[in-house]
Amino acid sequence: MDHLIGALIGAPLLGAGILLVGGRRLDRVGHWIGCLLAAVSFGIGAALFADMLGKPTDQRTLTSHLYSWVPVGGFRADVAFQLDQLSMTFVLLITGVGTLIHIYSIGYMAHDENRRRFFGYLNLFLAAMLLLVLADNYLLLYVGWEGVGLASYLLIGFWQHKPSAATAAKKAFIVNRVGDMGLSIAIMVLFTTYGTFSFGPVFAHATGASQAKLTVIGLLLLLGACGKSAQVPLQSWLGDAMEGPTPVSALIHAATMVTAGVYLVTRSGAIFNAAPTAQLAVCVVGAVTLMFGAIVGCAKDDIKKALAGSTMSQIGYMMLAAGLGPIGYVFAIMHLVTHGFFKAGLFLGAGSVMHGMNDEVDMRKYGGLRRYMPITYVTFGLGYLAIIGFPGLSGYWSKDKIIEAAFAKGGTEGWILGGVALLGAGITAYYMTRVMVLTFFGEERWEPAPDPDKTPGVEPGIEVHPGELPHPHESPRSMTIPMVILAFGSVFAGGLFSINSAFLKWLEPVTGHSEGHSPVSTWEVTAATLVVLVVGGALAWAQYGRRPVPVTAPRGSLVTRAARRDLLQDDFNHIVLVRGGEHLTRSLVYLDHSLVDGAVNGTAASVGGLSARLRQVQNGYVRSYAVSMLGGTAVLVAATLLMRAV
Amino acid sequence: MAFPLLTVTAAVPAVGAIATAAVPAGRRTAAKWLALGFSLATLVLAAVDVARFTPGGARYQLTESHAWIRDFGVRYELGVDGIAVVLVLLAAVLVPFVMLAGWHDADVLDGHTPNRNWRPTQGFFALILLVEAMVVISFESTDVFLFYIFFEAMLIPMYFLIGGFGDRAGPKSEDEQARQRSYAAVKFLLYNLVGGLIMLAAVIGLYVVTAHQLGGHGTFSLPQILQARASGQLHLSTAAERWIFLGFFFAFAVKAPLWPLHTWLPNAMGESTAPVAVLLTAVVDKVGTFAMLRYCLQLFPEASKWATPVILVLSVVGIIYGALLAVGQRDIKRLIAYASISHFGFIILGIFAMTSQGQSGATLYMVNHGISTAALLLVAGFLITRRGSRLIADFGGVQKVAPLLAGTFMVGGLATLSLPGLAPFVSEFLVLVGTFSRYPVAGVIATLGIVLAALYVLVLYQRTMTGPVKAGIEGMKDLKVRELVVAAPLIALLLFLGFYPKPVTDLINPAVKDTLSDVHRTDPAPQINASFNAAAKETAK
Repeated sequence: MDHLIGALIGAPLLGAGILLVGGRRLDRVGHWIGCLLAAVSFGIGAALFADMLGKPTDQRTLTSHLYSWVPVGGFRADVAFQLDQLSMTFVLLITGVGTLIHIYSIGYMAHDENRRRFFGYLNLFLAAMLLLVLADNYLLLYVGWEGVGLASYLLIGFWQHKPSAATAAKKAFIVNRVGDMGLSIAIMVLFTTYGTFSFGPVFAHATGASQAKLTVIGLLLLLGACGKSAQVPLQSWLGDAMEGPTPVSALIHAATMVTAGVYLVTRSGAIFNAAPTAQLAVCVVGAVTLMFGAIVGCAKDDIKKALAGSTMSQIGYMMLAAGLGPIGYVFAIMHLVTHGFFKAGLFLGAGSVMHGMNDEVDMRKYGGLRRYMPITYVTFGLGYLAIIGFPGLSGYWSKDKIIEAAFAKGGTEGWILGGVALLGAGITAYYMTRVMVLTFFGEERWEPAPDPDKTPGVEPGIEVHPGELPHPHESPRSMTIPMVILAFGSVFAGGLFSINSAFLKWLEPVTGHSEGHSPVSTWEVTAATLVVLVVGGALAWAQYGRRPVPVTAPRGSLVTRAARRDLLQDDFNHIVLVRGGEHLTRSLVYLDHSLVDGAVNGTAASVGGLSARLRQVQNGYVRSYAVSMLGGTAVLVAATLLMRAV
Repeated sequence: MAFPLLTVTAAVPAVGAIATAAVPAGRRTAAKWLALGFSLATLVLAAVDVARFTPGGARYQLTESHAWIRDFGVRYELGVDGIAVVLVLLAAVLVPFVMLAGWHDADVLDGHTPNRNWRPTQGFFALILLVEAMVVISFESTDVFLFYIFFEAMLIPMYFLIGGFGDRAGPKSEDEQARQRSYAAVKFLLYNLVGGLIMLAAVIGLYVVTAHQLGGHGTFSLPQILQARASGQLHLSTAAERWIFLGFFFAFAVKAPLWPLHTWLPNAMGESTAPVAVLLTAVVDKVGTFAMLRYCLQLFPEASKWATPVILVLSVVGIIYGALLAVGQRDIKRLIAYASISHFGFIILGIFAMTSQGQSGATLYMVNHGISTAALLLVAGFLITRRGSRLIADFGGVQKVAPLLAGTFMVGGLATLSLPGLAPFVSEFLVLVGTFSRYPVAGVIATLGIVLAALYVLVLYQRTMTGPVKAGIEGMKDLKVRELVVAAPLIALLLFLGFYPKPVTDLINPAVKDTLSDVHRTDPAPQINASFNAAAKETAK
């Protein structure tokens, strides 16, 4: 079975190779090749899963050593894989949701002339993401880590002729590189501390290192996680990343890639467990991002950006849980999986709405769509109920557990973290109700489609009829079927996982688990969550459901305006980093020319003049060659004479 | 007598240069094919060198040794270690691509079009072969004086290549461009000549010391000097060793180039044609970093360690400085030149970190930088030739009209920013980890370079390739077959060495081990040997 691990990654990698090298002649079948290989990968994953279930709990880890990659002295990096329950969970999520989104993209990208390339990139993403979760050492993980970054870059910037898309792609890559720097330094510290960066030996000896070293490693890993998972302070790229086609937002920027940071922290549990300071930092980052994303999500009128704020916030929950240690790892991953279902579903629903609405993204220009797009309405609605944590649906099972675990951390920290998580649940209910109401209820506030030539912000994958009012219609079957399947997941996954604590028992051998002592009981948490949920939802209903919604956004309070601009974090970046950097490089360019170069400029200039004069001697180069050749020979002769003299 | 394989490897391109230069006027195409044929023959010979080389065997292999100038103990001595043989192969691999990419570069010069008396094409290709011959023999030489001669002599053909064949894509008038070109060529020559003259003084100093201590039998032979020192016959005083070291190092630091001696490179690379710029930065400059590893460290181990702190600081400054300046450039080729300065900082950092990861990484970096720069810069050359401009601002939206060109440019760029999966990542990470394990602060600052690299590469890509199609770009043709033949194999090499660098590291590692034992350095041990258990288990199996 262990040889199949390589095939798991190999299938989509092969697809990417075929589609990207194959060229235009594959245009007509490209999307089928892409879907097929994604499905093959899912099939292999399912087979491995079945095999794993058949084994006793303590013998479920499969390893596969392919070859020695970089052996230099004590530095040994291998291309080797490890498939345990944690990796298996990700494999099923990545290939399962991945295949569904491949299928959805057939319809969504039908009008795009570069659909083959799109599927090539999607396959590349799957391969890189699988490598990330299957690697058995940090350096190979890093290859997958930057690989998904590349796929994300290529897909955000898929419509490269849109300057906004190209800028967003570049921004995502560079912000991620800051995080990657943290991860690469972490690998270096691991190497100098343990002499290796393979999971097995490092985790076995984790506690042997000094507290300071462990804290440093933990914080560096956290920096990496912040970049990939769009956590404060490296969150600024995610909102812009919505420039990519919507299936990309669903797969990469909601369900899978952005959760890689949570995977990294959970995988490195042995290190974090021994470094409480680093753990607390993870919790704080999670809690801050949870609020940050939620507030931003409340203010956005762009449906995708509102959902992006929500993604940030939900990953904040996962981070918070992962930072709690063995109490939280299982619930972090469980929320990650349920979130994978409902957030992917919500994004696909948003894409379906845009598909029917001339590619409009401004929710203020939607309204009343439930009558025209029944399947989208129902599936999106179920995703909505799941994400706000409606009792019985998926989000309820995973999110409530996180809130409970946060309280269980104990002390003032526990009250603060738990309180933030609880408040976040209320805000989630508010912004999601807002999205739901603005889109599917109320009056029809539709406007004629803009001319795509004049407004470069339009997704070119969609057929647009400029100047016409939208004719909202249900999307084709290739799009609705994935939405329906994801909706099933949104409804039932959490409940299924919780029967008999099945998910906990499944992951426990890898992540470990401990029951905390919560100062508040489970039913108290549930009750409190329900209360904030109802309050949040009611507020949104009062504001957007009861009153007519203006098509142009009102100016809003100071907070609203700041939240629309991502709480000014981007403006800060722009002024300090971008502007400051431009000034720095410009002055350096000047200095390099005038100061560093100037020292020898005088000499060189006079000789330059000489050479120009030489050139004037008629018939250009031939003679100046001869003269210079002579000069060169003279130098050599002089050197030899000098030798004799010594 | 054994077959003089190394001599032949260097002689074939030299003979090729003469043959190409002798092709009658007007027969341009014949000259090109002839030159390409010779460069391919050199490639085959370099591959044979590698095949005949036994990793882990004698330190210098395929040796040849003949007395040359008896009066001064100068010998014609050749021999390769794992580092040299890899770099010979690198040079031999890159030159055919340089030729193919520059196929038409000498066909039009300053408004002159080819006629029956046209000779510049012959000159162009002959000069490239001549440079190759001299670079190869510099890698192969184990006699300091022999090395010095070719280290200096390669400046002459390089000078003509830079000064004689510009890309005529600058923003200025033709006269002004010619002036800038000759300025760049002279600057290149002057810098390197000054470096070379200082080295000459040091070479003579070395001879004087050896003659004095070895009873009048002065020598330039690297193996002989190493042996004499090991047996205690030869002992350099601390002061003498430091002075001679500085003389050598200065020359190599100019050629590499190391900050702040770098300012000739952007001029030279900006003004020359892209293939010549590749020849310069990917092949010729490698002699400088190679010589640091071979001559500075082996001949002057104590002085090398003495100078290490300063050199590390200069390298780290170079990494960050080069990257920042690359961000601020408006000219595509100057941008790539500054990126190279940043990369040379990494190479020198790795050499002087004096760990096996650092030095193996640095050597591998030389190879990978050669390939990645060739990929990026040669494709950039195709782009520049099409538009007739090298200003970034003149481009935009190329991806829409020439997707293949944009795609290959992107892969070259991703290699330059050391994306994992492509070759440069492996070497850059080795250098960083090797540096970090001994000098954590230098390692961390150098790691900042990876963020800046992403910035300059992606900004370059964004401005030239994405966005709406700019005026002057509309009719741009995509890559032709000849250009694909250049780009595709380079990309394949980048991928191959990214996933499987072991064939190269297996050649390099033993040589690096020898060098490290010359300077009496061992890798810092990890605090907890977690890998020990795993390794023990493996041996038990």
